[in-house]
Amino acid sequence: MILSGHDLTIGYSDRTVGRNLDVALTTGEVLALLGPNGGGKTTLLKTLLGLLAPKAGEVRLGDRPLASYASRERARLIAYVPQTHVATFAFTVEAVVLMGRTAHGNLFSRPTAADRAIAARTLERFGIAHLSERSYTMISGGERQLVLLARALAQEPQFIVLDEPTASLDFGNQGKVMREIRALAAAGHGVLFTTHDPNHAMRAADRAYLLREGVRIAEGAIGAVLNRAQLEELYGALVETITDTAGRIAFLPG
Amino acid sequence: MPRSAAPGLLIAFAVLVAGLLLAFTVGRYPVGLGDLLNVVAAKLTGQAAEAPAAVENVIWQVRGPRVLAATLVGAALAVAGTAFQGLFRNPLVSPDLLGASSGAALGAVLGIYFSLGVFAIQAFAFAGGLVAVAAVYLIGSAVRARDPILVLVLTGVVIGSLLGAGVGLVKYLADPYNQLPAMTFWLLGSLAATSVADLVPLFGPVALGTLVLVALRWRMNVMSLPDEEARALGLPTGPLRIVIVAAATLVTSASVATAGIIGWVGLVVPHIARTLVGPDFARLIPAAALLGGGFLLVIDTLARTMAPIEIPLGILTALVGTPFFIWLLASVSKTWS
Repeated sequence: MILSGHDLTIGYSDRTVGRNLDVALTTGEVLALLGPNGGGKTTLLKTLLGLLAPKAGEVRLGDRPLASYASRERARLIAYVPQTHVATFAFTVEAVVLMGRTAHGNLFSRPTAADRAIAARTLERFGIAHLSERSYTMISGGERQLVLLARALAQEPQFIVLDEPTASLDFGNQGKVMREIRALAAAGHGVLFTTHDPNHAMRAADRAYLLREGVRIAEGAIGAVLNRAQLEELYGALVETITDTAGRIAFLPG
Repeated sequence: MPRSAAPGLLIAFAVLVAGLLLAFTVGRYPVGLGDLLNVVAAKLTGQAAEAPAAVENVIWQVRGPRVLAATLVGAALAVAGTAFQGLFRNPLVSPDLLGASSGAALGAVLGIYFSLGVFAIQAFAFAGGLVAVAAVYLIGSAVRARDPILVLVLTGVVIGSLLGAGVGLVKYLADPYNQLPAMTFWLLGSLAATSVADLVPLFGPVALGTLVLVALRWRMNVMSLPDEEARALGLPTGPLRIVIVAAATLVTSASVATAGIIGWVGLVVPHIARTLVGPDFARLIPAAALLGGGFLLVIDTLARTMAPIEIPLGILTALVGTPFFIWLLASVSKTWS
């Protein structure tokens, strides 16, 4: 299945954030969206999620326009992992993950035993089953990110879209989330994530999409797109590269 | 949040039972617990009661309708507050703050002014409440601000004071001998004049609105997430929000039309319920209803027994609610972002 945007103009009622954007995500691959703050990453993300209508152009999911999907139908195909936030009410971790099952029930239904089994399995899958009875407001930021990942997986979607999944995480948890993103793609999901760290894109993504001031700078396989010259153009700043004996590259802000 | 909500629900149920016993037994004509149980048991089994006829009369004719009304109004305000707090993702909102109460008050005062019947007053109250909440919500979301919830609450305060001015105008125009005392007393909240005839227009809307909210209990959990998340999880948040607001407003305005403005119940009780059973609406709605009923029974019993004259309910709940709100503001303002 393919989630794609065609000649998109994105933005809000009072301003346009980006123009002439084409993007495509296929199941089984990871696409990283990179770019400076205010460059339109989150806006593009929300447009592809169907949360924000494009000002022009079209988002397609499979063989239909995304706009033609009912919200419930859409949520069975695309899941959203927002940046972690402090919740208002102290739902248990299990309840938060069960919310991922909402699109699989009808208007009046409660989660069923089958839904609970799926929630338990996804919690197990991310190694956080022991948190299931804990309050979502009382766990760490890294744990919260994993809970939101578990909720997305409980939706049983084809595509998972993550907004800066590593932004509020410590070093160890950043690595863990990157590994999980790889594993999701290996399991057949199409994954799109935004990040500020090109090294995370190197680590987890197959392709990268470089977006600056609403304009696509480059798009392509990680090896072809992520290099010093491209990143210096993208961020308008100096970038240093470090290469190890195996030929692997890491970037440092210059 | 405990996995088993049974202890919390049991406590809430005990509060309601205690409130019922208190309300039936305490008063100018004290009724012994034994007499009360005897009369109730006799009614249930269809036999003649051993207690004096005067006791029976006090229980069924004098206190019965009032006790039922207090239970329903308390439960209704608590359930509406629970729904509003969840929907607006803020523990500080309540039917009073969003204008539902003052809108319903203006509607009902107009109904009294035009000497309408009880059903028409109900309809006016509902329309007033709905228009007020819709206005607050539309204005609040039209103003794009960093803290939309704060904008919403402030809009509620502003619209509330405008509606208050409207109520003032109607009072100013009202007949000072026949209508004004009724309006004034009613606006401060009272169940003193409740009769059996008032119970039907109260029970119908409260039951209907509560049923809608109970049916949507899982969706309401998801609606308490930020809007974009709820939509990404598959909810049509726009239509759902309208249905939930309409149900909560229906419940609020029915109780305002019966008992006048009784503030704070819709703010305080949902909090206590949440600490008892957690935020899951499947448990929260029944817990809030039980606690709200019990709470207002205690308040109403105090209102009719504390002083030689009846104290308006709104005054007593304000005495409880104001310190509670200040405490709440101090404890949750840290998490506002």
